[in-house]
Amino acid sequence: MTSIPKPSVRHPGLPRNALGLTTRDYEGGMSTLCAGCGHDSITAAIIQAVWELDLPPHRAAKLSGIGCSSKTTAYFMRQSHGFNAVHGRMPAVASGVHAANRELVCIGVSGDGDSLSIGLGQLCHAIRRNINLLYVLENNGVYGLTKGQFSASADVGSKSKRGEPNVQPPIDPVLLAITLGATFVARGFSGDKKQLVPILKAGLAHRGFALVDVISPCVTFNDHEASTKSYRFTRGHRHELAPVDFIPLTHEIAAATVPGDPVSVTMHDGSVVRFRSVGEDYDPTDRDAAYAHIRRLQAQGEVVTGLLYIDERAPDMHGVNGTIEEPLTRVPYASLCPGNAALQKLQEEYR
Amino acid sequence: MQPTDVTNPRYYHKVVDCQWGCPAHTNVPEYIRLIAQGRYTESYLLNRASNVFPGILGRTCDRPCEPACRRTRVDGKPVAICRLKRVAADLRDDVSDFLPKVPERKNGKRIALVGAGPASLTVANDLMPLGYECVVFEKLDRPGGLMRTNIPAFRLPASVLDEEVAMIIDMGVDLRLATPVTSMRALLAEDYDAVFVGSGAPKGKELDVPGRWDAKRIHIGIEWLESVHFEHVTSIGERVLIIGVGNTAMDCCRSSRRLGGRDIKVMARRSRKYFKASPWELDDALEEGVEIVENHAPRRFVVENGRLVGMEFERLAWSEKDGKQRSEVIDTVTIPCDDVILAIGQENAFPWIERDIGIAFDDAGMPVVDRVTMQCSRPGVFFGGDAAWGPENIIWAVEHGHQAAISIHNYCQGLPITDRPSYGMNLVSAKVGMHAWRYSNDYSPAPRAAMTHVELTQRFQKLNVEVELGFTAEQTAHEVERCLNCDIQTHFTAPLCIECDACVDVCPVNCLTITTDGPEEDLRTRLSAPALNRTQEIYVSAALPQTQRVMVKDEDVCLHCGLCAERCPTAAWDMREFTVLIPYAGKPASYELRTANPIPSGLSSQLAVRSSQPL
Ligand SMILES: Cc1cc2nc3c(=O)[nH]c(=O)nc-3n(C[C@H](O)[C@H](O)[C@H](O)COP(=O)(O)OP(=O)(O)OC[C@H]3O[C@@H](n4cnc5c(N)ncnc54)[C@H](O)[C@@H]3O)c2cc1C
Ligand SMILES: Cc1ncc(C[n+]2csc(CCOP(=O)(O)OP(=O)(O)O)c2C)c(N)n1
Ligand code: SF4
Ligand code: SF4
Ligand code: SF4
Ligand SMILES: [Mg+2]
Repeated sequence: MTSIPKPSVRHPGLPRNALGLTTRDYEGGMSTLCAGCGHDSITAAIIQAVWELDLPPHRAAKLSGIGCSSKTTAYFMRQSHGFNAVHGRMPAVASGVHAANRELVCIGVSGDGDSLSIGLGQLCHAIRRNINLLYVLENNGVYGLTKGQFSASADVGSKSKRGEPNVQPPIDPVLLAITLGATFVARGFSGDKKQLVPILKAGLAHRGFALVDVISPCVTFNDHEASTKSYRFTRGHRHELAPVDFIPLTHEIAAATVPGDPVSVTMHDGSVVRFRSVGEDYDPTDRDAAYAHIRRLQAQGEVVTGLLYIDERAPDMHGVNGTIEEPLTRVPYASLCPGNAALQKLQEEYR
Repeated sequence: MQPTDVTNPRYYHKVVDCQWGCPAHTNVPEYIRLIAQGRYTESYLLNRASNVFPGILGRTCDRPCEPACRRTRVDGKPVAICRLKRVAADLRDDVSDFLPKVPERKNGKRIALVGAGPASLTVANDLMPLGYECVVFEKLDRPGGLMRTNIPAFRLPASVLDEEVAMIIDMGVDLRLATPVTSMRALLAEDYDAVFVGSGAPKGKELDVPGRWDAKRIHIGIEWLESVHFEHVTSIGERVLIIGVGNTAMDCCRSSRRLGGRDIKVMARRSRKYFKASPWELDDALEEGVEIVENHAPRRFVVENGRLVGMEFERLAWSEKDGKQRSEVIDTVTIPCDDVILAIGQENAFPWIERDIGIAFDDAGMPVVDRVTMQCSRPGVFFGGDAAWGPENIIWAVEHGHQAAISIHNYCQGLPITDRPSYGMNLVSAKVGMHAWRYSNDYSPAPRAAMTHVELTQRFQKLNVEVELGFTAEQTAHEVERCLNCDIQTHFTAPLCIECDACVDVCPVNCLTITTDGPEEDLRTRLSAPALNRTQEIYVSAALPQTQRVMVKDEDVCLHCGLCAERCPTAAWDMREFTVLIPYAGKPASYELRTANPIPSGLSSQLAVRSSQPL
């Protein structure tokens, strides 16, 4: 037999969430990525996160650009809305989706090429606008889809599969995002769902832009000996800085009474992000301190992971603009677009 | 946990649920694949190697393999393993050229076998090709045992039975019909090198309640069926009560239906949950208009003027207390009838075995027989089939026969009979290309094929109209695809794994987990889906290279779909075809290894193992 699709039969004891769904109900089409690609694990982590959050699949929008990573939105939540934008333009489309229907849960998936090369400007402005979007950056240090050229996240000295070293300094999406004032910045590793799933859940609960950079080895073009984005290298150099538990609203009381909590951050919807442990000189709610700390560890050659920075007070795009609570898609056309007469009247005021 | 040792044939053998559940360890998935390929003759011969009577068993087997079948745990209904066996038997070509060859020159050893049922016949089947001279004594004038005299022809046509019995007899067995053995002492005095007792459990149990001896037309089930077979009985009254609700009762009620019974009631002491009859036999009886009456305990026969007119029962209400079932009598009812058939069980009887010749019997009157060697307390005398430990079924009789033949062969060679030949295994990759396997790995959601039956009106015209029509070509084509190919094993090579999680994520039924090691109890709770089925093993790998965690697989509902192996970038998971090599008398497991299933050279990582551990 040749390759088969994943059969719909499931484990008889698979648990169901509050909507009566199993994780299998949040799946999408069969992945066409290379076997062993980190991106597929991230897809599985997203499925686990949205299942645990009881997210109704039809209330989500999946947005992506171009790349192996960007293809993965087809591999989860087949019932959701989706838009595969042109290369690097996912943030613009996401802004539009979020502007039009603020009730949709927006999940963006991009790659290091899509985000840090062609789409760098788009990423920066999405952060600046603080659109309510979970932005998963599947970071493998290469353009996987176009056969493994170095991307802008490749480290100096990391070698290509054919042995050439990268000479250009990398752009670190985490440091970039903190610099630009992102309100939720995290880094995970595709090979560690225990860490990644709570981060994704917190990112989904966060109101505003949540950047989750996920080191995601490309098995085909960047998993060799001299690569700094391989499974082995990442495992050898990973530093888990700020592990978190995500406690949804329903469990709030129990969570709040845990004694000796180093840091707990209450999200806008009442759920809580609890940091299990953070270093003495580290405060994930202090932007400057977080930046400095990450820089310091990185200079020692460590790949820092965890929920690195969080700011729950900043307003998102709708907050800044004072948009009405009602999604614009539900506002009658006549009120959304008051017509030519109203326009003439408005223009008259400026004459 | 200790890493799982898959070089012991036992581990993978147990994964093949049907084969593990079959007393004779028939290689079910392989024979189903052969049927799928239209290779019926090969499928038949593969069956015959272990179960000896594929045509008979394809119609009548108790099929312990089916409740064991993994498919039951996946979608509720097992693969129709038994009736697929019948497909191979029905559609095969002439197999006479492929049957075991019997040497011209004998080895000089003579074996006496008592009874010509499936147990003795299996012993003869295994020993004749080794040059033994086998003398079978049979009380009746035809061979086959209960398969002949008690299993009705509407379930098992005589032609099928004749052919498969003849395959053995025609090896040159010295069959002495109508020759009951009346004295074991006398038999032992004759010049035999060993004796095998396959005389069955020939006595039906009595129901000694008032009125039992006051009227005719009260029959013992197995005797009555035998009389029907020999046409000593050709009719029965219109109203028939069958006492008991085992498989014998089912054959009695259905035979009554064909001999003139109109109002037939099977009377059960308890509720349906506790019936001994196989569910499919109950269904068949119900389809033929037999009524099954629950919670009625027989009290007495009602006899008027020397004539049986009815039977009195106590109606019971059952309740459970402290895990024990208690009954309470509600009232008493009399059910009128013309005949009563007692089908409440069988007993062994060995009036012909003297008790002072070194053959020990226990308090229940049963011979003391060793579970492994089948030898009784007198060296050189072996028991098997229903004669060994009471009524079982054909497939157990066959397995006893195989084991007894091994013992007899050892005994005649002067080897200790406790020296059992070792089992072996082959394990060869099923990969034939990129994402291509040499088996059909796609999961078929088809429901279990339902057997078509002859119209009721035609069914009762004669006693020997076979009820089941067998599967059609279309049904067969669907049913073979329902088999999950459990012998195509997921084989793991820990040093190759890069812990990418691809296999864990793709598995449709959450079999796989990469986690930190721990004791089994604890591990079972920490898996992708908790491993609650304790009858199924969990596989635990050696420590993985990058994190020293372990790969754990819960075997419970694995579909053997191969997706883990397809998704694995390093071939740490591979799908490998496993064959357990079973030794028979004079045929060690390695015999097959060398001839039938050579390991391709260059596949050094692939395993061929012999193991002396019992399965
Ligand atoms: C009504 C009924 C229906 C059954 N249906 C099924 C079924 O569908 N499927 C299934 O798997 N099993 C079925 N069984 C059980 C099955 O038939 C027996 O378990 C099986 O035949 C036992 O085989 P055996 O070789 O041990 O003995 P038997 O088949 O009982 O054969 C023993 C033979 O020994 C002969 N014999 C006995 N004493 C002497 C003596 N002193 N000298 C010479 N010969 C002697 C007997 O005449 C008989 O031919 C059924 C049993 C009954 C009663
Ligand atoms: C406008 C445009 N320019 C270039 C390309 C070619 N292209 C396709 S994917 C890709 C890079 C994708 O890299 P990344 O986002 O890291 O995804 P990956 O495949 O590594 O997951 C490029 C340059 C394109 N499709 N469109
Ligand atoms: S090329 Fe690399 S990034 Fe693309 S699917 Fe294959 S492993 Fe994943
Ligand atoms: S063969 Fe592999 S993927 Fe398929 S069910 Fe079994 S463990 Fe899962
Ligand atoms: S797919 Fe292969 S390499 Fe990846 S975790 Fe599974 S066994 Fe290991
Ligand atoms: Mg990339």
